[in-house]
Amino acid sequence: MLRSEQKPFDEIQGYLEGEKKVFILGCDGCAQSSQTGGMPQVLAMKELLEGAGKKVTGHTVIDFLCQKALVASRLRPLEDQVMEADSLLVLTCGVGVQSVGAMVQKPVHPGCNTISLGGSRGEWRGTERCLECGDCLLHYTGGICPLTACSKGLRNGACGGASDGRCEVSPEKPCGWELIYERLKEVGRLDQLKQFIPPKEWNKQRPRPELLSTSLWALEQRNESSEEGRG
Amino acid sequence: MALREAIESGKFVVTTEVGPLKGTDTSEVMEVAEILKGKVDGVNVTDQQSAVMRLGSLATCALLVQKGLEPVFLGIKNVLVISGDFPTLGDHIDAKEVYDLDSEQLIWTINQMNGGHDVAGNELQGKTDFLVGAVVKPVSDTDASTELQLAMMEKKISVGARFFQTQAVYEVDAFERFMKRAAQFKVPVLVGIIPLKSVGMARYMNKNVSGVFVPEELIDEMGKAEDKTATGLQIAARLINDLKDLCQGVHIMAIGWEKKVPELLQMAKLA
Repeated sequence: MLRSEQKPFDEIQGYLEGEKKVFILGCDGCAQSSQTGGMPQVLAMKELLEGAGKKVTGHTVIDFLCQKALVASRLRPLEDQVMEADSLLVLTCGVGVQSVGAMVQKPVHPGCNTISLGGSRGEWRGTERCLECGDCLLHYTGGICPLTACSKGLRNGACGGASDGRCEVSPEKPCGWELIYERLKEVGRLDQLKQFIPPKEWNKQRPRPELLSTSLWALEQRNESSEEGRG
Repeated sequence: MALREAIESGKFVVTTEVGPLKGTDTSEVMEVAEILKGKVDGVNVTDQQSAVMRLGSLATCALLVQKGLEPVFLGIKNVLVISGDFPTLGDHIDAKEVYDLDSEQLIWTINQMNGGHDVAGNELQGKTDFLVGAVVKPVSDTDASTELQLAMMEKKISVGARFFQTQAVYEVDAFERFMKRAAQFKVPVLVGIIPLKSVGMARYMNKNVSGVFVPEELIDEMGKAEDKTATGLQIAARLINDLKDLCQGVHIMAIGWEKKVPELLQMAKLA
């Protein structure tokens, strides 16, 4: 599963600056169990945004936002609400935000940071990749992750090495930044390319010790301490 | 060689490259340095170019200072910031790529240091005073790449880049189109020149080097030439002349022909 935590509301409000109408999307998979994007969190976010003067054109929670086919089929009945919005706020992991970005021709904003568990575990993914960096940049990059779509993980733009739109490191894949450019153009947000992304807080990508703890780990700890006690 | 003064005065600037070799034998680099001394405004001392392990740029710069090439602290007043080549494209394919800063962030960091702060915001005892250069690819094969290059050029300037060196250019009209759009940034641009050595080299670059487009006429001209070296230099001199009014300088990447740079400058009437 991918563990996430909600971004500070101020940051989310910053993303929505200049926009009036938003559609909120949650996920009943990992985000629901992280308590960051299940229905209760979606409703709480709706209330916060309405309090901040935004119109929420609609909201829904889909089982697995990482599944693009599910995203498309579940959003179809809500198309009017989605298309009325200026953008979508997606309360889920980085994969979910990217898969929504790929299926809906609207700007997407991440409402959560995906935090590292120190190695991926059994999640159900499409082609989108999330590095669990703990500081989601998808707002700035048209919903395509520069850390995973660009072989060099560059945050501010392409390296200049691409040929015919193919990556110089892995020619079998497209240049991630050219994809980002095309997407930003499609959703009318090319101005984002001028936004300087400061050095990344890589510290946030380290797994927190408490997240590496499992019940088995807790049991081992208890056994070790009781053995010590006997000695 | 006072690159900063040259660039800031608005005069036509000439830079070239010295690439450290593999190993500890620095005689070649030193010999080239001696030949170039006083003939160019600045020299790029490349750092592990083409992702191939070589003597480092910093060590080589220090040796050049000992030769009296730039008598200031460590000799390094100017820094050119680029993303760099990926390890798997070089000779240490198992090395770990880092990229903890991208080129825009490194320019920003150096600008912070020039202002007396490190990347984390801590105060420095004594500021740096680097002149920061950056690179741009003026000719691209997709619209997305062209637009990204211009957007990034603007972003690099906004965080502290003061001049640009470009990828090698062979098509005057394509460079003119680029400069028409880049002129608004009002920053010195030094156009890149790589003298052609052979038909094979031109074809290799067309196939493998992003942003390099050698037109068929030039390849034909090289093919028909009896003295390839003379023709390669003539073409380079002609390009310099055709391009020099479009920008503020030229950056010559001689790739093994470093010792011929003074001759090329004479042919282009820049020396």
